[in-house]
Amino acid sequence: MSDRKWLQVGAPIAVGLAFVLVWHALVVINEVPPYIVPSPFLVMKTLAQDWGLLSGSLLVTLQVTGAALALAVVLGVSLSILFVQSRLIEASLLPYAVILQVTPLVAIAPLIIIWVDEPRTALVICATVASIFPVIANTTIGMRSVDPALLDLFRMYGASRMQTLMRLRIPSAAPYFFAGLRVAAALALIGAVVAEFVAGTGGTQSGLAYQILMAGLQLNIPRLFAALILITLTGIALFLLVTALARVSLRRWHESELPQER
Amino acid sequence: MSAQTIAVEVRAAEKVFANGIRALDPIDLVVREGEIVTLVGPSGCGKSTLLRLIAGLVQPSAGRIGLSPEAQSAGLAFVFQNPTLMPWASVERNVRLPLDLSGVERARAEDKVRHALELVGLNDFARFYPRELSGGMQMRASIARALVTGPRLLLMDEPFGALDEITRNRLDRDLSELCAREKLTVLFVTHSIYEAVFLSSRVLVMSARPGRIFEEVAIDESQPRRDAFRTTEKFARLSAVLSGMLAAAMHEMPA
Repeated sequence: MSDRKWLQVGAPIAVGLAFVLVWHALVVINEVPPYIVPSPFLVMKTLAQDWGLLSGSLLVTLQVTGAALALAVVLGVSLSILFVQSRLIEASLLPYAVILQVTPLVAIAPLIIIWVDEPRTALVICATVASIFPVIANTTIGMRSVDPALLDLFRMYGASRMQTLMRLRIPSAAPYFFAGLRVAAALALIGAVVAEFVAGTGGTQSGLAYQILMAGLQLNIPRLFAALILITLTGIALFLLVTALARVSLRRWHESELPQER
Repeated sequence: MSAQTIAVEVRAAEKVFANGIRALDPIDLVVREGEIVTLVGPSGCGKSTLLRLIAGLVQPSAGRIGLSPEAQSAGLAFVFQNPTLMPWASVERNVRLPLDLSGVERARAEDKVRHALELVGLNDFARFYPRELSGGMQMRASIARALVTGPRLLLMDEPFGALDEITRNRLDRDLSELCAREKLTVLFVTHSIYEAVFLSSRVLVMSARPGRIFEEVAIDESQPRRDAFRTTEKFARLSAVLSGMLAAAMHEMPA
Protein backbone atom coordinates (compact mmCIF):
# COMPACT_ATOMS: atom_id res chain seq x y z
CA MET A 1 0.00 0.00 0.00
CA SER A 2 1.14 3.51 -0.76
CA ASP A 3 1.58 6.18 1.89
CA ARG A 4 -1.58 7.76 0.67
CA LYS A 5 -3.61 4.63 1.19
CA TRP A 6 -2.18 4.16 4.67
CA LEU A 7 -3.31 7.65 5.45
CA GLN A 8 -6.80 7.00 4.10
CA VAL A 9 -7.21 3.83 6.18
CA GLY A 10 -5.07 4.76 9.17
CA ALA A 11 -6.40 8.23 9.89
CA PRO A 12 -10.06 7.26 10.43
CA ILE A 13 -9.00 4.27 12.56
CA ALA A 14 -6.85 6.55 14.72
CA VAL A 15 -9.78 8.93 15.17
CA GLY A 16 -12.04 6.00 16.10
CA LEU A 17 -9.58 4.67 18.68
CA ALA A 18 -9.10 8.11 20.18
CA PHE A 19 -12.88 8.54 20.40
CA VAL A 20 -13.30 5.19 22.19
CA LEU A 21 -10.52 6.02 24.65
CA VAL A 22 -11.90 9.49 25.44
CA TRP A 23 -15.36 8.01 25.82
CA HIS A 24 -14.02 5.37 28.23
CA ALA A 25 -11.98 7.96 30.16
CA LEU A 26 -14.95 10.31 30.53
CA VAL A 27 -17.18 7.49 31.77
CA VAL A 28 -14.60 6.34 34.30
CA ILE A 29 -13.53 9.80 35.53
CA ASN A 30 -17.07 11.11 35.93
CA GLU A 31 -18.32 7.78 37.29
CA VAL A 32 -21.23 7.79 34.82
CA PRO A 33 -23.54 4.87 35.64
CA PRO A 34 -23.85 2.23 32.87
CA TYR A 35 -27.62 2.84 32.52
CA ILE A 36 -26.85 6.38 31.31
CA VAL A 37 -23.69 5.86 29.24
CA PRO A 38 -21.88 2.53 29.39
CA SER A 39 -18.16 2.36 28.78
CA PRO A 40 -17.26 1.14 25.28
CA PHE A 41 -15.63 -1.92 26.79
CA LEU A 42 -18.84 -2.84 28.62
CA VAL A 43 -20.69 -2.47 25.30
CA MET A 44 -18.26 -4.88 23.66
CA LYS A 45 -18.65 -7.31 26.55
CA THR A 46 -22.43 -7.11 26.28
CA LEU A 47 -22.24 -7.66 22.55
CA ALA A 48 -20.31 -10.87 23.16
CA GLN A 49 -22.54 -12.01 26.06
CA ASP A 50 -25.83 -11.33 24.26
CA TRP A 51 -24.56 -12.56 20.89
CA GLY A 52 -27.07 -15.42 20.85
CA LEU A 53 -30.01 -13.01 21.14
CA LEU A 54 -28.51 -10.19 19.07
CA SER A 55 -27.25 -12.35 16.19
CA GLY A 56 -30.78 -13.73 15.70
CA SER A 57 -32.12 -10.18 15.53
CA LEU A 58 -29.30 -9.12 13.24
CA LEU A 59 -30.26 -11.90 10.87
CA VAL A 60 -33.89 -10.75 10.86
CA THR A 61 -32.92 -7.14 10.14
CA LEU A 62 -30.55 -8.29 7.41
CA GLN A 63 -33.26 -10.43 5.82
CA VAL A 64 -35.85 -7.66 5.90
CA THR A 65 -33.41 -5.08 4.52
CA GLY A 66 -32.08 -7.43 1.84
CA ALA A 67 -35.54 -8.54 0.70
CA ALA A 68 -36.76 -4.92 0.61
CA LEU A 69 -33.76 -3.73 -1.36
CA ALA A 70 -34.12 -6.58 -3.86
CA LEU A 71 -37.81 -5.78 -4.28
CA ALA A 72 -37.09 -2.07 -4.65
CA VAL A 73 -34.56 -2.83 -7.39
CA VAL A 74 -36.79 -5.23 -9.31
CA LEU A 75 -39.94 -3.09 -9.02
CA GLY A 76 -38.09 0.21 -9.40
CA VAL A 77 -36.20 -0.80 -12.53
CA SER A 78 -39.34 -2.37 -14.05
CA LEU A 79 -41.29 0.84 -13.44
CA SER A 80 -38.49 2.93 -14.95
CA ILE A 81 -38.54 0.76 -18.06
CA LEU A 82 -42.30 1.28 -18.31
CA PHE A 83 -41.87 5.05 -17.83
CA VAL A 84 -39.32 5.25 -20.61
CA GLN A 85 -41.52 3.32 -23.02
CA SER A 86 -44.40 5.73 -22.72
CA ARG A 87 -44.75 9.28 -21.51
CA LEU A 88 -48.41 8.54 -20.77
CA ILE A 89 -47.56 5.78 -18.31
CA GLU A 90 -44.96 7.98 -16.69
CA ALA A 91 -47.34 10.91 -16.41
CA SER A 92 -50.02 8.67 -14.91
CA LEU A 93 -47.88 6.84 -12.37
CA LEU A 94 -45.04 9.17 -11.41
CA PRO A 95 -47.19 11.41 -9.16
CA TYR A 96 -48.08 8.38 -7.05
CA ALA A 97 -44.46 7.38 -6.72
CA VAL A 98 -43.80 10.94 -5.55
CA ILE A 99 -46.68 10.73 -3.07
CA LEU A 100 -45.21 7.52 -1.66
CA GLN A 101 -41.87 9.27 -1.39
CA VAL A 102 -43.04 12.47 0.32
CA THR A 103 -45.36 10.83 2.84
CA PRO A 104 -43.24 9.97 5.88
CA LEU A 105 -42.85 6.23 6.31
CA VAL A 106 -43.68 6.44 10.03
CA ALA A 107 -47.09 7.74 9.02
CA ILE A 108 -47.85 4.90 6.58
CA ALA A 109 -46.22 2.08 8.51
CA PRO A 110 -49.09 1.54 11.02
CA LEU A 111 -51.55 1.11 8.14
CA ILE A 112 -49.37 -1.37 6.33
CA ILE A 113 -48.87 -3.29 9.55
CA ILE A 114 -52.63 -3.43 10.17
CA TRP A 115 -53.40 -4.49 6.59
CA VAL A 116 -50.72 -7.14 6.27
CA ASP A 117 -51.16 -10.05 8.65
CA GLU A 118 -47.71 -11.54 8.38
CA PRO A 119 -45.42 -9.20 10.38
CA ARG A 120 -42.25 -9.98 8.43
CA THR A 121 -44.01 -9.25 5.14
CA ALA A 122 -45.29 -5.97 6.55
CA LEU A 123 -41.77 -4.95 7.51
CA VAL A 124 -40.46 -5.81 4.04
CA ILE A 125 -43.22 -3.76 2.41
CA CYS A 126 -42.45 -0.75 4.62
CA ALA A 127 -38.75 -0.92 3.85
CA THR A 128 -39.48 -1.31 0.13
CA VAL A 129 -41.74 1.75 0.15
CA ALA A 130 -38.97 3.67 1.89
CA SER A 131 -36.28 2.71 -0.60
CA ILE A 132 -37.90 2.39 -4.02
CA PHE A 133 -38.04 6.05 -5.04
CA PRO A 134 -34.33 6.71 -5.62
CA VAL A 135 -34.17 3.58 -7.77
CA ILE A 136 -37.11 4.73 -9.92
CA ALA A 137 -35.99 8.35 -10.18
CA ASN A 138 -32.35 7.67 -10.97
CA THR A 139 -32.90 4.80 -13.36
CA THR A 140 -35.55 6.74 -15.28
CA ILE A 141 -33.28 9.78 -15.65
CA GLY A 142 -30.45 7.46 -16.66
CA MET A 143 -32.48 5.74 -19.35
CA ARG A 144 -33.56 9.11 -20.71
CA SER A 145 -30.04 10.55 -20.68
CA VAL A 146 -28.99 8.58 -23.70
CA ASP A 147 -26.69 10.26 -26.20
CA PRO A 148 -29.16 11.44 -28.90
CA ALA A 149 -26.65 10.65 -31.64
CA LEU A 150 -26.47 7.06 -30.40
CA LEU A 151 -30.27 6.93 -30.47
CA ASP A 152 -30.17 8.15 -34.10
CA LEU A 153 -27.61 5.49 -34.86
CA PHE A 154 -29.78 2.74 -33.41
CA ARG A 155 -32.75 4.08 -35.33
CA MET A 156 -30.78 4.16 -38.56
CA TYR A 157 -29.82 0.52 -38.20
CA GLY A 158 -33.43 -0.40 -37.54
CA ALA A 159 -33.03 -1.38 -33.89
CA SER A 160 -36.18 -2.68 -32.22
CA ARG A 161 -37.46 -1.20 -28.96
CA MET A 162 -36.12 -4.22 -27.13
CA GLN A 163 -32.68 -3.87 -28.71
CA THR A 164 -32.59 -0.16 -27.90
CA LEU A 165 -33.56 -0.94 -24.33
CA MET A 166 -31.10 -3.76 -23.75
CA ARG A 167 -28.13 -2.44 -25.70
CA LEU A 168 -28.48 1.29 -25.19
CA ARG A 169 -30.82 2.47 -22.45
CA ILE A 170 -29.94 0.00 -19.74
CA PRO A 171 -26.14 0.32 -20.08
CA SER A 172 -26.47 4.13 -20.24
CA ALA A 173 -28.54 4.08 -17.06
CA ALA A 174 -26.10 1.93 -15.07
CA PRO A 175 -24.13 4.78 -13.44
CA TYR A 176 -27.36 6.56 -12.47
CA PHE A 177 -28.85 3.31 -11.19
CA PHE A 178 -25.88 2.66 -8.92
CA ALA A 179 -26.04 6.19 -7.52
CA GLY A 180 -29.70 5.51 -6.72
CA LEU A 181 -28.93 2.10 -5.29
CA ARG A 182 -26.47 3.61 -2.83
CA VAL A 183 -29.21 5.85 -1.43
CA ALA A 184 -31.79 3.07 -1.60
CA ALA A 185 -29.60 0.70 0.43
CA ALA A 186 -29.38 3.19 3.28
CA LEU A 187 -33.12 3.90 3.07
CA ALA A 188 -34.00 0.19 3.10
CA LEU A 189 -32.17 -0.24 6.40
CA ILE A 190 -33.81 2.88 7.84
CA GLY A 191 -37.17 1.60 6.60
CA ALA A 192 -36.64 -1.80 8.21
CA VAL A 193 -35.71 -0.20 11.54
CA VAL A 194 -38.48 2.41 11.55
CA ALA A 195 -41.13 -0.12 10.58
CA GLU A 196 -40.09 -2.38 13.38
CA PHE A 197 -40.25 0.45 15.88
CA VAL A 198 -43.81 1.07 14.77
CA ALA A 199 -44.78 -2.59 14.56
CA GLY A 200 -43.04 -3.63 17.73
CA THR A 201 -43.17 -7.29 16.75
CA GLY A 202 -41.95 -9.44 19.57
CA GLY A 203 -40.95 -13.03 20.04
CA THR A 204 -38.39 -14.89 17.96
CA GLN A 205 -39.20 -12.86 14.86
CA SER A 206 -37.79 -9.63 16.20
CA GLY A 207 -35.05 -7.61 14.58
CA LEU A 208 -32.47 -5.21 15.99
CA ALA A 209 -34.88 -2.30 16.29
CA TYR A 210 -37.06 -4.33 18.62
CA GLN A 211 -33.99 -5.12 20.76
CA ILE A 212 -33.26 -1.41 20.99
CA LEU A 213 -36.85 -0.68 21.95
CA MET A 214 -36.87 -3.39 24.62
CA ALA A 215 -33.40 -2.56 25.94
CA GLY A 216 -34.49 1.06 26.27
CA LEU A 217 -37.59 0.12 28.23
CA GLN A 218 -35.55 -2.16 30.50
CA LEU A 219 -32.81 0.46 30.88
CA ASN A 220 -30.40 -2.15 29.53
CA ILE A 221 -28.30 0.58 27.91
CA PRO A 222 -25.23 -1.56 27.18
CA ARG A 223 -27.41 -3.88 25.08
CA LEU A 224 -29.04 -0.88 23.39
CA PHE A 225 -25.59 0.33 22.39
CA ALA A 226 -24.61 -3.16 21.21
CA ALA A 227 -27.69 -3.37 18.96
CA LEU A 228 -27.04 0.15 17.71
CA ILE A 229 -23.49 -0.82 16.76
CA LEU A 230 -24.80 -3.81 14.83
CA ILE A 231 -27.24 -1.61 12.87
CA THR A 232 -24.46 0.81 12.02
CA LEU A 233 -22.20 -2.04 10.92
CA THR A 234 -25.03 -3.38 8.75
CA GLY A 235 -25.35 0.03 7.12
CA ILE A 236 -21.62 0.24 6.49
CA ALA A 237 -21.54 -3.29 5.05
CA LEU A 238 -24.42 -2.46 2.70
CA PHE A 239 -22.71 0.71 1.57
CA LEU A 240 -19.45 -1.12 0.87
CA LEU A 241 -21.31 -3.88 -0.98
CA VAL A 242 -23.11 -1.43 -3.28
CA THR A 243 -19.90 0.53 -3.83
CA ALA A 244 -18.05 -2.65 -4.79
CA LEU A 245 -20.86 -3.66 -7.16
CA ALA A 246 -20.74 -0.26 -8.85
CA ARG A 247 -16.97 -0.45 -9.15
CA VAL A 248 -17.03 -3.90 -10.75
CA SER A 249 -19.73 -2.87 -13.23
CA LEU A 250 -18.45 0.57 -14.21
CA ARG A 251 -14.70 0.32 -13.79
CA ARG A 252 -13.86 -0.16 -17.44
CA TRP A 253 -15.72 2.81 -18.78
CA HIS A 254 -17.41 5.28 -16.46
CA GLU A 255 -15.70 8.41 -15.15
CA SER A 256 -17.04 7.88 -11.64
CA GLU A 257 -15.05 4.68 -11.16
CA LEU A 258 -11.90 5.42 -13.11
CA PRO A 259 -8.66 5.10 -11.17
CA GLN A 260 -7.24 8.51 -10.27
CA GLU A 261 -4.14 9.11 -12.30
CA ARG A 262 -1.95 11.94 -11.17
CA MET B 1 -17.04 2.08 -62.60
CA SER B 2 -19.87 3.98 -64.18
CA ALA B 3 -19.26 7.57 -63.21
CA GLN B 4 -22.63 8.54 -64.60
CA THR B 5 -24.86 6.43 -62.38
CA ILE B 6 -26.66 8.59 -59.88
CA ALA B 7 -26.24 7.59 -56.23
CA VAL B 8 -28.25 10.36 -54.58
CA GLU B 9 -30.81 12.63 -56.13
CA VAL B 10 -32.46 15.40 -54.19
CA ARG B 11 -35.26 17.25 -55.98
CA ALA B 12 -36.77 20.41 -54.53
CA ALA B 13 -36.50 19.02 -51.04
CA GLU B 14 -37.12 21.53 -48.28
CA LYS B 15 -37.41 21.44 -44.54
CA VAL B 16 -39.45 23.58 -42.23
CA PHE B 17 -39.32 22.44 -38.63
CA ALA B 18 -42.37 22.18 -36.42
CA ASN B 19 -41.36 25.40 -34.65
CA GLY B 20 -41.62 27.27 -37.96
CA ILE B 21 -37.89 27.61 -38.56
CA ARG B 22 -37.08 27.20 -42.21
CA ALA B 23 -33.90 25.15 -42.26
CA LEU B 24 -33.69 24.45 -45.95
CA ASP B 25 -35.02 26.18 -49.05
CA PRO B 26 -36.06 23.89 -51.90
CA ILE B 27 -32.79 22.28 -52.87
CA ASP B 28 -31.56 20.23 -55.83
CA LEU B 29 -28.55 18.01 -55.51
CA VAL B 30 -27.12 15.10 -57.44
CA VAL B 31 -24.27 12.89 -56.30
CA ARG B 32 -22.93 10.40 -58.84
CA GLU B 33 -21.44 7.10 -57.93
CA GLY B 34 -17.79 7.25 -56.89
CA GLU B 35 -17.92 10.99 -56.31
CA ILE B 36 -16.80 12.71 -53.15
CA VAL B 37 -19.02 15.73 -52.78
CA THR B 38 -18.47 18.24 -50.00
CA LEU B 39 -20.92 20.74 -48.60
CA VAL B 40 -19.35 23.83 -47.06
CA GLY B 41 -21.15 26.78 -45.63
CA PRO B 42 -21.59 28.96 -42.57
CA SER B 43 -23.01 27.30 -39.49
CA GLY B 44 -26.77 27.11 -39.53
CA CYS B 45 -26.95 26.89 -43.31
CA GLY B 46 -28.71 23.55 -43.20
CA LYS B 47 -25.80 21.32 -44.26
CA SER B 48 -26.45 18.86 -41.48
CA THR B 49 -30.20 18.97 -42.07
CA LEU B 50 -29.66 18.09 -45.71
CA LEU B 51 -27.47 15.16 -44.72
CA ARG B 52 -30.03 13.96 -42.20
CA LEU B 53 -32.75 14.20 -44.83
CA ILE B 54 -30.76 11.95 -47.15
CA ALA B 55 -30.06 9.53 -44.29
CA GLY B 56 -33.79 9.32 -43.61
CA LEU B 57 -33.36 10.61 -40.05
CA VAL B 58 -35.57 13.60 -40.88
CA GLN B 59 -38.51 13.70 -43.29
CA PRO B 60 -38.60 16.49 -45.90
CA SER B 61 -41.50 18.96 -45.69
CA ALA B 62 -41.73 18.87 -49.47
CA GLY B 63 -39.79 17.51 -52.41
CA ARG B 64 -38.24 14.16 -53.11
CA ILE B 65 -35.10 12.30 -52.14
CA GLY B 66 -34.01 9.34 -54.23
CA LEU B 67 -31.24 6.85 -53.62
CA SER B 68 -29.85 4.49 -56.24
CA PRO B 69 -31.04 0.89 -55.83
CA GLU B 70 -27.47 0.00 -54.96
CA ALA B 71 -27.18 2.61 -52.23
CA GLN B 72 -30.52 1.45 -50.92
CA SER B 73 -29.78 -2.26 -50.82
CA ALA B 74 -26.12 -2.26 -49.81
CA GLY B 75 -27.07 0.53 -47.48
CA LEU B 76 -25.75 3.89 -46.61
CA ALA B 77 -23.82 4.71 -43.50
CA PHE B 78 -23.70 7.87 -41.45
CA VAL B 79 -20.68 9.20 -39.60
CA PHE B 80 -21.57 11.73 -36.92
CA GLN B 81 -19.77 14.86 -35.74
CA ASN B 82 -18.66 13.02 -32.62
CA PRO B 83 -17.36 9.46 -32.55
CA THR B 84 -20.70 8.42 -30.95
CA LEU B 85 -19.31 5.23 -29.53
CA MET B 86 -20.87 3.29 -26.67
CA PRO B 87 -18.44 3.99 -23.80
CA TRP B 88 -19.28 0.70 -22.06
CA ALA B 89 -18.31 -1.45 -25.03
CA SER B 90 -14.93 -2.28 -26.55
CA VAL B 91 -14.01 -0.99 -30.02
CA GLU B 92 -14.77 -4.43 -31.40
CA ARG B 93 -18.27 -4.51 -29.94
CA ASN B 94 -18.93 -0.94 -31.07
CA VAL B 95 -17.96 -1.76 -34.63
CA ARG B 96 -20.05 -4.95 -34.52
CA LEU B 97 -23.18 -3.07 -33.42
CA PRO B 98 -24.85 -2.65 -36.85
CA LEU B 99 -24.36 -6.36 -37.52
CA ASP B 100 -25.64 -7.36 -34.07
CA LEU B 101 -28.74 -5.23 -34.55
CA SER B 102 -29.60 -6.94 -37.81
CA GLY B 103 -28.86 -10.38 -36.37
CA VAL B 104 -25.82 -11.31 -38.44
CA GLU B 105 -24.37 -14.60 -37.25
CA ARG B 106 -21.48 -14.15 -34.81
CA ALA B 107 -18.58 -15.76 -36.69
CA ARG B 108 -19.38 -13.89 -39.89
CA ALA B 109 -19.84 -10.66 -38.00
CA GLU B 110 -16.43 -11.05 -36.39
CA ASP B 111 -14.78 -11.49 -39.79
CA LYS B 112 -16.42 -8.33 -41.02
CA VAL B 113 -15.39 -6.43 -37.90
CA ARG B 114 -11.78 -7.51 -38.37
CA HIS B 115 -11.89 -6.37 -41.98
CA ALA B 116 -13.45 -3.00 -41.10
CA LEU B 117 -10.84 -2.41 -38.37
CA GLU B 118 -8.11 -3.21 -40.88
CA LEU B 119 -9.51 -0.64 -43.30
CA VAL B 120 -9.09 2.13 -40.73
CA GLY B 121 -5.86 0.77 -39.23
CA LEU B 122 -7.23 -0.14 -35.82
CA ASN B 123 -6.65 -3.92 -35.81
CA ASP B 124 -4.46 -3.72 -32.72
CA PHE B 125 -7.07 -1.81 -30.74
CA ALA B 126 -10.06 -4.13 -31.02
CA ARG B 127 -10.21 -4.81 -27.27
CA PHE B 128 -9.66 -1.22 -26.18
CA TYR B 129 -12.44 0.88 -24.72
CA PRO B 130 -13.26 4.22 -26.37
CA ARG B 131 -11.89 6.26 -23.48
CA GLU B 132 -8.53 4.55 -23.89
CA LEU B 133 -8.20 5.88 -27.46
CA SER B 134 -7.21 9.32 -28.76
CA GLY B 135 -9.82 11.47 -30.48
CA GLY B 136 -8.51 10.54 -33.91
CA MET B 137 -8.60 6.84 -33.12
CA GLN B 138 -12.14 7.13 -31.77
CA MET B 139 -13.13 8.69 -35.09
CA ARG B 140 -11.44 5.82 -36.94
CA ALA B 141 -13.48 3.37 -34.86
CA SER B 142 -16.60 5.31 -35.76
CA ILE B 143 -15.72 5.06 -39.46
CA ALA B 144 -15.02 1.34 -39.09
CA ARG B 145 -18.50 0.92 -37.64
CA ALA B 146 -19.94 2.75 -40.65
CA LEU B 147 -17.98 0.54 -43.06
CA VAL B 148 -18.76 -2.77 -41.38
CA THR B 149 -22.01 -3.28 -43.26
CA GLY B 150 -20.24 -2.71 -46.59
CA PRO B 151 -22.17 0.45 -47.58
CA ARG B 152 -21.77 2.07 -51.01
CA LEU B 153 -22.67 5.54 -49.78
CA LEU B 154 -21.08 7.32 -46.84
CA LEU B 155 -22.70 10.40 -45.31
CA MET B 156 -20.26 12.27 -43.09
CA ASP B 157 -21.33 15.18 -40.91
CA GLU B 158 -18.21 17.16 -39.99
CA PRO B 159 -16.54 14.00 -38.79
CA PHE B 160 -13.12 15.53 -38.10
CA GLY B 161 -14.29 18.97 -36.97
CA ALA B 162 -13.26 18.47 -33.35
CA LEU B 163 -9.77 17.16 -34.11
CA ASP B 164 -6.48 19.03 -34.26
CA GLU B 165 -5.24 19.95 -37.73
CA ILE B 166 -2.43 17.39 -37.87
CA THR B 167 -4.75 14.52 -37.01
CA ARG B 168 -7.40 15.83 -39.34
CA ASN B 169 -4.98 15.99 -42.28
CA ARG B 170 -3.92 12.40 -41.70
CA LEU B 171 -7.50 11.19 -41.45
CA ASP B 172 -8.43 13.12 -44.61
CA ARG B 173 -5.57 11.48 -46.50
CA ASP B 174 -6.47 8.01 -45.21
CA LEU B 175 -10.13 8.58 -46.02
CA SER B 176 -9.24 9.61 -49.56
CA GLU B 177 -7.27 6.41 -50.06
CA LEU B 178 -9.98 4.30 -48.49
CA CYS B 179 -12.70 5.76 -50.70
CA ALA B 180 -10.66 5.25 -53.86
CA ARG B 181 -9.82 1.66 -52.92
CA GLU B 182 -13.34 0.71 -51.82
CA LYS B 183 -15.01 2.79 -54.57
CA LEU B 184 -17.18 4.60 -52.07
CA THR B 185 -19.50 7.48 -52.80
CA VAL B 186 -19.24 10.17 -50.13
CA LEU B 187 -21.27 13.20 -49.20
CA PHE B 188 -19.19 15.15 -46.71
CA VAL B 189 -20.09 18.19 -44.61
CA THR B 190 -17.33 20.43 -43.32
CA HIS B 191 -16.47 23.92 -42.10
CA SER B 192 -12.97 23.72 -43.48
CA ILE B 193 -12.25 24.99 -46.98
CA TYR B 194 -8.92 23.14 -47.04
CA GLU B 195 -10.54 19.87 -46.10
CA ALA B 196 -13.13 20.40 -48.82
CA VAL B 197 -10.53 21.10 -51.50
CA PHE B 198 -8.34 18.21 -50.41
CA LEU B 199 -11.05 15.55 -50.34
CA SER B 200 -13.65 16.42 -52.94
CA SER B 201 -14.29 15.86 -56.55
CA ARG B 202 -16.92 18.59 -56.20
CA VAL B 203 -17.55 21.27 -53.59
CA LEU B 204 -20.96 22.83 -53.04
CA VAL B 205 -21.02 26.15 -51.23
CA MET B 206 -24.20 26.74 -49.25
CA SER B 207 -25.61 29.96 -47.93
CA ALA B 208 -27.61 30.41 -44.77
CA ARG B 209 -30.63 30.67 -43.60
CA PRO B 210 -32.73 29.34 -45.20
CA GLY B 211 -30.04 27.17 -46.71
CA ARG B 212 -29.56 26.75 -50.41
CA ILE B 213 -26.74 25.87 -52.76
CA PHE B 214 -24.94 29.06 -53.70
CA GLU B 215 -22.03 27.91 -55.89
CA GLU B 216 -20.42 24.77 -57.16
CA VAL B 217 -16.71 24.11 -57.80
CA ALA B 218 -15.20 21.03 -59.40
CA ILE B 219 -11.81 19.96 -58.02
CA ASP B 220 -10.04 18.55 -61.02
CA GLU B 221 -7.37 16.34 -59.47
CA SER B 222 -6.99 12.58 -59.55
CA GLN B 223 -8.13 10.47 -56.60
CA PRO B 224 -6.82 9.38 -54.17
CA ARG B 225 -5.27 12.61 -53.03
CA ARG B 226 -1.72 12.69 -51.67
CA ASP B 227 -0.32 14.98 -48.99
CA ALA B 228 1.74 16.73 -51.68
CA PHE B 229 -1.50 18.08 -53.18
CA ARG B 230 -1.81 20.46 -50.22
CA THR B 231 1.32 22.39 -51.20
CA THR B 232 0.52 22.79 -54.89
CA GLU B 233 -0.34 26.09 -56.50
CA LYS B 234 -3.64 24.57 -57.65
CA PHE B 235 -4.63 23.78 -54.08
CA ALA B 236 -3.90 27.35 -53.01
CA ARG B 237 -5.84 28.79 -55.95
CA LEU B 238 -8.90 26.61 -55.38
CA SER B 239 -8.86 27.40 -51.66
CA ALA B 240 -8.79 31.11 -52.46
CA VAL B 241 -11.68 30.77 -54.91
CA LEU B 242 -13.73 28.89 -52.34
CA SER B 243 -12.91 31.42 -49.61
CA GLY B 244 -14.26 34.16 -51.84
CA MET B 245 -17.44 32.24 -52.54
CA LEU B 246 -17.97 31.46 -48.90
CA ALA B 247 -17.50 35.13 -47.99
CA ALA B 248 -20.07 36.07 -50.63
CA ALA B 249 -22.46 33.42 -49.35
CA MET B 250 -22.16 34.84 -45.86
CA HIS B 251 -22.73 38.40 -47.07
CA GLU B 252 -26.14 37.32 -48.22
CA MET B 253 -27.30 36.98 -44.66
CA PRO B 254 -27.30 39.27 -41.67
CA ALA B 255 -24.27 38.25 -39.61
